[in-house]
Amino acid sequence: MTSAVSSKASARRAGRGRLPSEQKGAGSPCFVENLGLLGYGKAWKRQLELVERRKLGQGGDRLLFVEHPHTITLGRNARDDNVLVSHERMIELGLELVETDRGGDVTYHGPGQLVGYPVVDLNLWKRDVVAYLRALEDVLIDALTELGVKAERLDGCTGVWVGGEKIAAMGVHISRWITSHGFALNVAPDMDYFGCIIPCGLTKPVTSIERVLGRTPEMDEVSDAVTRSFGRVFDRRMLPADAEKPYA
Amino acid sequence: MSDVKMPQMGESIVEGTITKWLKAVGESVERDEALFEISTDKVDSEVPSPISGVVSEILILEGETVEIETVVARIAEGGAAPVAEKNAPTRAAEKAAPAEAPAAGANGSPVTAVPVTVGAPASPAAPTPVAPPSEKVRSSPLVRRIARESGVELSEVPGSGQGGRISKKDLEAYLRRSQKPAAAASPSGATQPAEALSAFRAAPETRFGDHYVEPLSVMRQKIAEHMVLTKRVSPHVSTVHQIDCTVIARLRAGAKERFLEQNGLKLTFMPFFLKAAASALKAFPPVNASLDGDDVVYHRDINLGMAVAIQGGLIVPVIKNADDLNVLGLQRAVNDLADRARNKKLKPDEIQHGTFSITNYGGYGSLFATPAINQPQVAILGMGAIHKAPVVINDAIAIRSISYVTLSFDHRLIDGGIADQFLTHLRGVIENWEDSIL
Repeated sequence: MTSAVSSKASARRAGRGRLPSEQKGAGSPCFVENLGLLGYGKAWKRQLELVERRKLGQGGDRLLFVEHPHTITLGRNARDDNVLVSHERMIELGLELVETDRGGDVTYHGPGQLVGYPVVDLNLWKRDVVAYLRALEDVLIDALTELGVKAERLDGCTGVWVGGEKIAAMGVHISRWITSHGFALNVAPDMDYFGCIIPCGLTKPVTSIERVLGRTPEMDEVSDAVTRSFGRVFDRRMLPADAEKPYA
Repeated sequence: MSDVKMPQMGESIVEGTITKWLKAVGESVERDEALFEISTDKVDSEVPSPISGVVSEILILEGETVEIETVVARIAEGGAAPVAEKNAPTRAAEKAAPAEAPAAGANGSPVTAVPVTVGAPASPAAPTPVAPPSEKVRSSPLVRRIARESGVELSEVPGSGQGGRISKKDLEAYLRRSQKPAAAASPSGATQPAEALSAFRAAPETRFGDHYVEPLSVMRQKIAEHMVLTKRVSPHVSTVHQIDCTVIARLRAGAKERFLEQNGLKLTFMPFFLKAAASALKAFPPVNASLDGDDVVYHRDINLGMAVAIQGGLIVPVIKNADDLNVLGLQRAVNDLADRARNKKLKPDEIQHGTFSITNYGGYGSLFATPAINQPQVAILGMGAIHKAPVVINDAIAIRSISYVTLSFDHRLIDGGIADQFLTHLRGVIENWEDSIL
């Protein structure tokens, strides 16, 4: 604990949750790493490396961007009925099926979808997972606004919505207050694949930036917008990953 | 004794649901080591142990939701246990079944709930104090799905994970080795692919002499199961006709270049056979049908499946309403689907709802074969290599391009008479092809 924590805050909340101006992480760097097109397992492995490093206090917060090949992932709350295509069909389609340790039910990832995995230490921001989810939603809503898409959250349904259709899904894992997994934003994926699942167990329709705008933005355009809004919402200086000094 | 409580993971959070216990009663845990996982909305959090010791009681089970600060477990403070103790001897020392290659030492590797097979238990997992007798068998949704599709009772599968939890590897190992008595299958063929497969696997010794072993890929396993299933469900009979393809061969030779120029497509024999098949299916509806219990389902649509060999296996994309397409349309569909099949770019609805299938093994050199029916269809057409051979026409010998074409059919529904009439019709279309390609 640093002296930045006011006695008022600690009396009120026993050290959990701080006002923005008091946050230790304010303005600290967050490194952006783009993994390109990478399988779910490999991207997960990268996250676990970063999480372990972070736990040891090495390395700074990171925001990973990645695109996955066609994959269906089952989170810790996954219900079997929410996968509509049989196991055989999935193999035939070249769809990978993965069980994972993030929260949430089932979701689909694929090319054209911007997947973001912030690996950040909530000890430096706020030890509040719900607040973290809301902040991630803000990041996406802000970025989408910049791109011309009017997005919002729906009470009781985590994620980002446009006109009642889901444009971004979220699922997070926390280990000693270090985050992993994150969000999946539909830029221009092949929407047919969503037919293989009931995303997140909800029967609400899904949409994408391409559908809403009628044009296909570049993935870079979108990840840049998300990077900027991440910096604003979490009060970080966003820097490219190779700017980080390597740890032994 | 220390209490472990449901933590508050955020200001507004008033309760939490335990999704997973990472340690069982009797296991030792270090301070700050992850003890269990909880979920809140879309967040799954690991909760570390407050002290080092041995888990003495677990009060709240997986799937239960309690208010924050509720005591969920108790830990008896104790010195750090030696590593060996982490693996309760009953679990680590399980012997491999004789038919299995012995698993590399389970000693020293921590038994975690992550689906990694530590050993192949020969007997049901050691008593695990966590689950009360009424608790259902622990496994993930994925494992339950595979079990259901394979017709396996999970309660009979030994689990190597925490609390007897069954991982995917456990289930697959069980399917490979179990000797289930042949249950009475219903006449319409209740699918017991796992049973059929395991009976096949239980055959004589295979690992002798100099050899190496590779596990089956999942795709291969699924194909294997389907092949066993189809032969079990449908009594296969095959009939072969010789078809004179000279007319269409000439047509094709003459039109090839123009076709390529005008349409950018190579003209093959497939569209001719597809069109002939569609015509024959229209004339003989039972060949385009399916059996569902005691009912015959006559499909009005003609959706032709086309077998495509891909890396590691095969897949059958479907041309929907093939009877609506002309030769050009069919050739386009064939090329597009085959291409996307090889690149794993097919869509879900493109491999479903076929009513009849065609396989062209002639392209690979086979003169004559007896293909397997693609369930739940009742017949499949096999095309043998089109080759020049002497044939007798009007008591004279002529050299013609011929192909041996096979119809394998399900004798529950189709009899030889219909099958042969079907092929005769198809042959008629091919041999008397009208000269209007487009």
